[in-house]
Formats: sequence, C-alpha cells, structure tokens
Amino acid sequence: MRPEQQGIEMAVLVSVGRHPITGRARRADQDARGLELALCLEGRLPGSRIGLLHAGPRSEESEAALRGYLGMAADAGTGLNTLTLLEQPEGSDAIPALADHLSAAMPQLVITGTRAELGEGSGLLPYALAERLGWPLVNGLAAVEKVENGVATLLQALPRGQRRRLQVRLPAIICVDAAAPAARQSAFGPARRGELEATPGAAELDHELAGWQVAPARKRPKRLKIIRAASARDRFKAAAAKAEGGSGQVLEGVSSEQGAEAIFTLLHEEGVLRS
Amino acid sequence: MSEMCRRDPRREWIARNRLHPEHASALAALGNIGGGGAASEWLGPSGVLRRNPHGVGFIGPNGVKRIDRSGAQQGGSAPGHGRQAVQQDRRRHVEISDPAFLVAVVPDLTGGRLSGHDKDLLGLARRLADDDPERPGAVLAVVFGEHKEERLGEAGIDRVLHLGAETYAGFAPEARLAALTAVERELAPRHWLLPDSPLGGADLGRRLAQRLGERPVTGVWQIEADVEAPLGWRCTARGAAERLDIRRPLPRVALALAECAEPVDETRHAAEPLSLGAAVPIALSRIEDLGQVAVDPAGVALAEAEFILSAGNGVKDWEGFHHAARVLGATEGASRVAVDDGFMARDRQVGASGTWVTARVYLAVGISGAIQHLQGIQGCDRVVAINLDPGCDMIKRADLAVIGDAAEILAALVAKVEQQRGGQRDAA
Ligand SMILES: Cc1cc2nc3c(=O)[nH]c(=O)nc-3n(C[C@H](O)[C@H](O)[C@H](O)COP(=O)(O)OP(=O)(O)OC[C@H]3O[C@@H](n4cnc5c(N)ncnc54)[C@H](O)[C@@H]3O)c2cc1C
Repeated sequence: MRPEQQGIEMAVLVSVGRHPITGRARRADQDARGLELALCLEGRLPGSRIGLLHAGPRSEESEAALRGYLGMAADAGTGLNTLTLLEQPEGSDAIPALADHLSAAMPQLVITGTRAELGEGSGLLPYALAERLGWPLVNGLAAVEKVENGVATLLQALPRGQRRRLQVRLPAIICVDAAAPAARQSAFGPARRGELEATPGAAELDHELAGWQVAPARKRPKRLKIIRAASARDRFKAAAAKAEGGSGQVLEGVSSEQGAEAIFTLLHEEGVLRS
Repeated sequence: MSEMCRRDPRREWIARNRLHPEHASALAALGNIGGGGAASEWLGPSGVLRRNPHGVGFIGPNGVKRIDRSGAQQGGSAPGHGRQAVQQDRRRHVEISDPAFLVAVVPDLTGGRLSGHDKDLLGLARRLADDDPERPGAVLAVVFGEHKEERLGEAGIDRVLHLGAETYAGFAPEARLAALTAVERELAPRHWLLPDSPLGGADLGRRLAQRLGERPVTGVWQIEADVEAPLGWRCTARGAAERLDIRRPLPRVALALAECAEPVDETRHAAEPLSLGAAVPIALSRIEDLGQVAVDPAGVALAEAEFILSAGNGVKDWEGFHHAARVLGATEGASRVAVDDGFMARDRQVGASGTWVTARVYLAVGISGAIQHLQGIQGCDRVVAINLDPGCDMIKRADLAVIGDAAEILAALVAKVEQQRGGQRDAA
C-alpha cells in the first residue's frame, strides 16, 4: 500500500434532532448524512478512523437519539462503537467544548450538518469552529471524491442540480446538507450495544440566548401583490394584464443563420452554454 | 384635396377603447390629424348643429377623460399629452450626499442580476437607512465579480463598491472575506445585511460575522424599531428548522430571508461608484475552485433546471430537437400537445398541469403560448421563442423572438455552437 493511500482521521459532529411531525427526539437528518459520508469514505480509504462527537446534556431522550448514529455503523464492519459525549449542563454553549476537544484530537476532516434541528439552529457552529481552529470550511457538500496527500477533492452542490469541484487542504471542516446522499437505516441491536463515552466538557452558559424571546413559529404573512396605481384605470389594467412585457425584441424576416446568431449571443451572455 | 377628411374607423375604434394596447398611439395619431384637438361642434351641411361628444373635455393627468362643465375649460383637449404623463417615470430621485452612517449589503447577484431576494434585502436596508429623515444613512452595495445589472439605483443603492477582480470569481470565500474585512476597516458600516441563501450570503455572512467577532442573527424575516435595543431595532428570526421564532435585538450582522421587506419601488438612488483607499490584502487560499462539473442535463429535475429547451406542436423533427438539447446542454421540456402526442415523457410537461419551471433561460420552440403554458414559465428570467407565427402569445412574453422555421433555426444554432466549440479546441 502506498503511503498516501493510508486512511485519515475523521470526526463527525452529531446532534439530537427532532422529528418534524411527532416531535420526538431522533438522529438529526443532516448529521446522519454526514456520518453516511464518513462511513462511505472509510470504506474507500482503508485504515481510516471515525470519531463521533456530541456536546450537550445527557438525558434518556437524547441518549436514545444519539445511539441511532451508532446503529448506522453496524454492518460497515468498522470498529465504530463508541460516541464521545462532552457532557454539559442544559443551555451551555457547545462551541468552546467542541473546539477544545478537536484541537486536542486533531482530526483531518471534521464533518457536520448545516443546521441543528433544535435550539437556535443558526448554522453558525461550523463557522465558529473554523474560525477558532483556523481551518478552511466548505459548505453544501455533495460528495468527497478523493483524499490524497493531505488534499481533499470535493463536490459542492449548487442550486439547480449543478455541482462544483473544489480542492481543500486538510485539516478542514465540511458541512453537508440535503444534497448529500441519504443516510442508511440505523440497526437497533448495535445501537443498544454501542457505548457513550462521557467526559465533562467546558460549561459556559449561553447568556445571550437566555435573554431572547422564543416562541413557536408564526405563519409568515403572505405577500400581497401591491399595485400602486393612481387611478382605477391603471388598477384595472394591472389586474387584467395578461402577457406583460412586449419590450422583447422580435426578429422577423431574417435568415435562420441570423436568428441563430441572435439566440446564440443571448445564451452566451446569460452564461448557460458550457464549452 | 387636403380638405377631404379620410377616416380610419379602426383607429377611431381603438381610440375609443381605453384598454386597447395601441390606444395611446391611436389617440395621438388622431389628435395630430385634427391639428391639436378635434372640433366639438360644427354646422352640418343641412344646417343642423352637429356635436362630437369625443371632442369635448380633456385628458386628466391619470389618462382619464375629464369634462369640465363649469365653462372654464373649452374644447382644447390635448390627446396624447395625458398619456405621456402616465408613461413618465414617477420615481423620486434621492441623493444622499453626506450620509450619517452606512448600511452595507452584499447581494448574491445570481447570474449577474439582482435576485428577488436581493431586492427584498435592499428594501430592508432602506428601512434601516431612512428611519430618521433628519439623518439618513446610505446603502452601500458590495458587488463581487462581473454583473449585468443596470438598475442598481432603482433597487435602492446609494453607493456601489464593485470588486471585479478575477480572484473573487467562483467559490472564493476567503478572498471575498478579506475584501469585506477591508470594507469594515475603512468604512465601518453600522449594519451588515446579507441574504440567507445557501451558497450565497448564508455562507459569506456567517464567515464575516465570525471574523468580525459578532454574533449574527440568521433567518430574519421581520424587523421593528425598538429604542431599547443597542442599534435601535429588534428583529424576528426563524430558528430550529423553521419551528421557532426568536425575537432579539438586531445585531450588526444580519442574514435575512426572502420577503423580509418590500422592495424599493418609489425612489431612485444614485448608485455612485465607490472604491477602497487601500488595496485589499491578498488572502492565502486553502480552497481551490476547479470549476463546475458537467452534469447530465437530462437527469436534472425540470423544476430546478437552469436552461430549458422546450418543444411544442411546431416541432416536427424530433431527432434534431433531441440533438440540439444535447449540444446546447439544455434540459428538455415540452408543451402539453407534444406530451399528449407521445413525443415527450409526461414528466417533461411545462405548465399549469405540468411543472412550474424557474429556469434562467427558457427557449420555447414551436410553442404558441397558451395561458396554461405561460403560467408554468412565470418564474423564468429570460424567454426566447422560435415560432412561425409573429402574432402568438409566446412572442409577447419573449425577450427575444425569432420568426422562422423551428427545424432550420435549431440546426443553424447547433452548427453555430459546434463551430464555436471546435474553434476553441483548435485555439487551445
Ligand atoms: C385544463 C388545461 C390544462 C392545460 N395545461 C397545460 C399545461 O400544463 N402545459 C401546456 O403546455 N399546455 C396545457 N394545456 C394546453 C394548452 O391550452 C395548449 O393547448 C397547449 O399549450 C398548446 O401547445 P403548443 O403551443 O405546443 O401547440 P400549438 O398551440 O399548436 O402551437 C404550435 C405553435 O408552433 C408554431 N409552429 C408550427 N410549425 C412551426 C415550425 N415549423 N417552426 C416554428 N414554429 C412552428 C405555430 O405557429 C404555433 O404557434 C392545458 C389545457 C387545458 C384545457
């Protein structure tokens, strides 16, 4: 085996999610996709290691949800059967605890979800870690193509089903969202047998968050189509307007080459033609 | 001969129909013939007094006919004049020469134009800037890369900082962050606003907030004035996967959702170019953008395709159409007729009973533009039509329409694209 083919050290940050309908605690969807990505990568790079990391309070409910992640590693044939739990009191800031742990453990690749399903859910955590650790960060990840010589080649998901290829120097933080491959099922037995390794984490209370007013989301008002017209005639015209525009350019009586030329210019200006 | 009055009944009919699209021009033409207003009363050949009821009155400022029976105003209607008043741009010009503070906005400019989200965000920026009419702030837009937007001022931008260098193209968060940090150092805006859109402002805004050491608010959808808050504003933001509303004082960096405010539509701003005094330090980049990957356009869902080549009943040469889609790298769409006739799959149908598409460029080949079809393409930015019939509705909707045979024009377009590509390959 060539030395650069050797495996890498990965850390997957996982959180407790919430089922959108029943409201029960579960593994968070994006974090599970992150673990799926790590498991696939481990299969391709023999000798890799995955560390599962969660910072937060320990309760029966959250424990059941976190064990869901351990159940995913069941048939991967890996030694992944423990999850490191940085135990913190309720309402603490997870960032310092995670940053301390990561700077000590020094994984090469940290995989996180984009937004948490509970709490503030601002999606700031990966950015805060990247800033503290000074590592590059890539969001919206769709796939990891290869890892070689401390450089990872990634595919980033763009809107409209497009993909962009990026190269990142390791160590790096990558965030996955719904564009990453869906997570496999979690097996119950291995989830029960898995271990939660609890260590006390830094307990800094998030005072700012405590001062905010939090309420269940209100429905956002629907935007009305406002027609600013001074007269009834204008209002009627605006309401009855069918095909708006008319400002378009019409090429009539031109040869098909000239027509094609005009279309080509427009397509080129819009940048939809890839060479 | 010049005494003889030739009537154009059709034009007169259009002039009477205020809702006709050519009403204004017909009215103007009639007015010119009459030499500035038709006579409203005259003696007929048999000595009877004839009246022209249409010659009475004048056109009010809103284009509505007014009849003043007080006698103060007589005849002298000035058709055409009122029309122009309506067409005239009513936006108020605003120039803020000495702003009390700056509100910095970093629009996404997807595809080089301000998106709806960007415009909403600029509306929000204007609310923050114009709160105190005595001491107005200015909205500063930081624009990266090349753009094609000409209406920056109409969207409410007072100052534009255009950073067009090559280093900011593509995915270059580190270079962009360095530029924004330089803006912060030099101009110190009071507010930073970014759209909370994945891969655009959502990414850059979070990086910026961390760099500035601010705790930003994300997913803002409402703001209201609050004297107790440090910046004088309080905001409502979505949290916990859209299930919570968090109300908190507005911090310096805010990432706002679409429809967070009404876009600017009553004023026009200066959009004065601005430049930084010092050069932006070159950031060491650990992320390298290798460019977009070619994805199979046929595999992209119609609803999120960026470039659609759509076929209608006017397409006869289906081989040629599929070939054109492959060469152009476009996702295929179809009108209902093409689907019903079995030439295209059902999941390719665009329109009210098919898919609502949001393509940036929609190329409609041989589609007449029935209302059910036009509904489906409301969200498209640019529409190009190829059709034989210059009067069809699709031409009215299109930004560019070419009248001619679909098969021929597509073949010419394919040849053009292939020639271009061949040329590039030879040059490389
Ligand atoms: C309830 C309902 C729902 C509907 N939903 C949809 C829907 O979701 N989507 C949809 O598309 N339709 C829908 N329709 C159908 C719609 O009303 C129209 O019938 C249909 O869109 C017309 O398709 P077309 O433009 O391809 O065909 P036509 O109307 O036949 O138009 C063909 C066009 O091609 C041009 N042409 C012909 N030969 C050539 C040539 N050689 N070169 C260039 N141009 C040529 C003609 O000038 C003409 O403009 C719906 C109808 C109903 C009643």
